[in-house]
Amino acid sequence: MQLSRDALLEAYRSMKTIREFEERVAKEFATGDLPGFVHLYAGEEASAVGVCSHLVESDQIISTHRGHGHCIAKGCEVEPMMLELFGREGGLCGGKGGSMHVADLSKGMMGANAIVGGGPPLACGAAMTAKIKKTGGVAVSFTGDGGSNQGTTLESMNLASVMQLPVVFVFENNGFAESTAANWSVAGGSIVRRAEAFAMPGVQIDGTDFFAVHEAAGEAIERARKGGGPSLIEVALTRFYGHHQGDNQSYRTPDEVRNAREERCPLINFRRRVTEASLLDAAELDAIDAEILDQMDAATAAARAAPWPDVAEVLTDVYVTY
Amino acid sequence: MARKLSMRQAINEAMHQEMERDESVIVMGEDIMGGLGVDWLEGDAWGGTQGTTKGLGPRFGRDRVMDTPISESAFIGAAIGASTTGMRAIVELMYVDFLGVCFDQIFNQAAKFRYMFGGKAECPVVIRTQIGGGFSAAAQHSQCLYPIFTHIPGLKCVVPSNAYDAKGLLIEAIRDNSPVVFFEHKKLYDAEAEVPEESYTLPFGEAGILREGGDVTIVALARMAHMAMEAAEILAAEGIECEIVDPRTTSPMDEDTILESVENTGRLVVVDESYPRCSMGADISSLVAERAFDSLKAPIRKVAPPHTPVPFSPPLEAAYIPDAERIVDAVRAVARHGA
Ligand SMILES: Cc1ncc(C[n+]2csc(CCOP(=O)(O)OP(=O)(O)O)c2C)c(N)n1
Repeated sequence: MQLSRDALLEAYRSMKTIREFEERVAKEFATGDLPGFVHLYAGEEASAVGVCSHLVESDQIISTHRGHGHCIAKGCEVEPMMLELFGREGGLCGGKGGSMHVADLSKGMMGANAIVGGGPPLACGAAMTAKIKKTGGVAVSFTGDGGSNQGTTLESMNLASVMQLPVVFVFENNGFAESTAANWSVAGGSIVRRAEAFAMPGVQIDGTDFFAVHEAAGEAIERARKGGGPSLIEVALTRFYGHHQGDNQSYRTPDEVRNAREERCPLINFRRRVTEASLLDAAELDAIDAEILDQMDAATAAARAAPWPDVAEVLTDVYVTY
Repeated sequence: MARKLSMRQAINEAMHQEMERDESVIVMGEDIMGGLGVDWLEGDAWGGTQGTTKGLGPRFGRDRVMDTPISESAFIGAAIGASTTGMRAIVELMYVDFLGVCFDQIFNQAAKFRYMFGGKAECPVVIRTQIGGGFSAAAQHSQCLYPIFTHIPGLKCVVPSNAYDAKGLLIEAIRDNSPVVFFEHKKLYDAEAEVPEESYTLPFGEAGILREGGDVTIVALARMAHMAMEAAEILAAEGIECEIVDPRTTSPMDEDTILESVENTGRLVVVDESYPRCSMGADISSLVAERAFDSLKAPIRKVAPPHTPVPFSPPLEAAYIPDAERIVDAVRAVARHGA
């Protein structure tokens, strides 16, 4: 699939925004001012962006505990996200959810999710809505390698297949679930092979290659839109940080992490590809980089300056009516 | 001076000692060793997310200390199945919130075998899990769901408040022949207490009296027992003497100790970090209203969070979780009543 200049610039901007958001969150978390837990998506950007660049606002995605990247790729605004992570008034969820529950339903982002395997059934439901209402909409479930072993995930694949739901199961295989290696936890060593068992098309792709993700996701999403049912995409990638901030990563060698930043970086990869093919020039990418850094400065400053939510907010939003 | 251990260490030691003593004891859970599938690793990379299982794998080997995939229905169910057929499994699932994905195995299977099979089954499984807020871990990582488990006939429920109790109660749980759910408050892992080196058990259904006093009875569990102790100090300075009863196990529950204390003080405040409806607070209040009504000199007061999920933002969470100040207010109100 040929991408326009604008689409390329947009993809780069989105991936870079995710990267710089995560780098900033890492820094802010280290100061101790950012509450709770954070699980960073740095290194995995091409997956979220490669998939979400095919989606429109009314398509739905559902994410995991490692959700910031999916939020940004689906169009959530950075500043309210940062406010949410800081637990401040004006945060995307009013400071009630935090990093593990960032959501913007108006953007088709059904939430990060702190329960592994919480998402796939919900994606089936969103796909069901699209199918019943004949909107042509698609739902994407993002899950990790660890989450691929959850009962809800496997049940969802079966359900989606027998009901021919317009849903795409994206498995982001970053090699680890917490400290446990996917080559141990995933029987047979491959998630994509499960697609066959559930009678759906499946592909395995290199998640550092935006173009490969983009192409595979395009086909799966197109198929779903046209009534062709679910698909599975296994994306191989590397997380640059630990499971969560504070993880000592004793299960990885320091070299492994250091080298990944050079050799398994979707942004370096993208830049090289587009500049070598003269599709974009380095200067315009540099300009985007600078803009994004400014945006992160502004978002962080806004978050730090924002007031805390009013404690009366504890009692609101439990029910629609009661 | 006697040896001090944190609750984390006390729990770890209890499992070490029981695995040493009884070969049928096995331990299972996610990342309880950690690093599975990483060839060059030796020993345990994590030892559990809280370090409570550290050292068990290297000591007892992977046949008895089993990391699992994130397949809770399967591995919690397998722990229950193994425990029904000759093993004693201690199975860990980090947070009580996650038990939702495998609840059937716990409340329809483990809890009911013995009854449904006419007394012919034993299922000596222990399910260890974390409860409680205080870390801005938000709505799916902060709950205190012990009332849900206490509700189920066939499950025993342990909610320790300190390292000494945790060790004795965990050993008791491992030796018990019924399914036990063992709730560890994540804010208490670093709290230290004197803990004997030798193995010992504490009986279920026997409350601890953390402080004696004749004016007001406070019943409180886990972290709330500490909040109650803090409140009692403040109140003592005002001349109000509190008796603090820590039930330690919610099923079975030591009704007698609670009733005796209320018969003596005539006033009851129940502090509970779980949701306020159908909770331990509600349960203990009804017990006292039914059985010690004539001793009561004031209405029972409950101190609990509001009927909402646990919020993320620190000031919201702080407002949500009961603290010493709220306990002090409640105790003052019941102490003043009728005066
Ligand atoms: C039902 C449930 N079990 C366990 C956990 C604890 N947990 C949080 S993230 C995680 C690992 C997830 O690994 P994976 O799905 O591969 O995603 P990754 O973190 O690699 O992005 C675990 C075990 C949880 N949140 N929910």
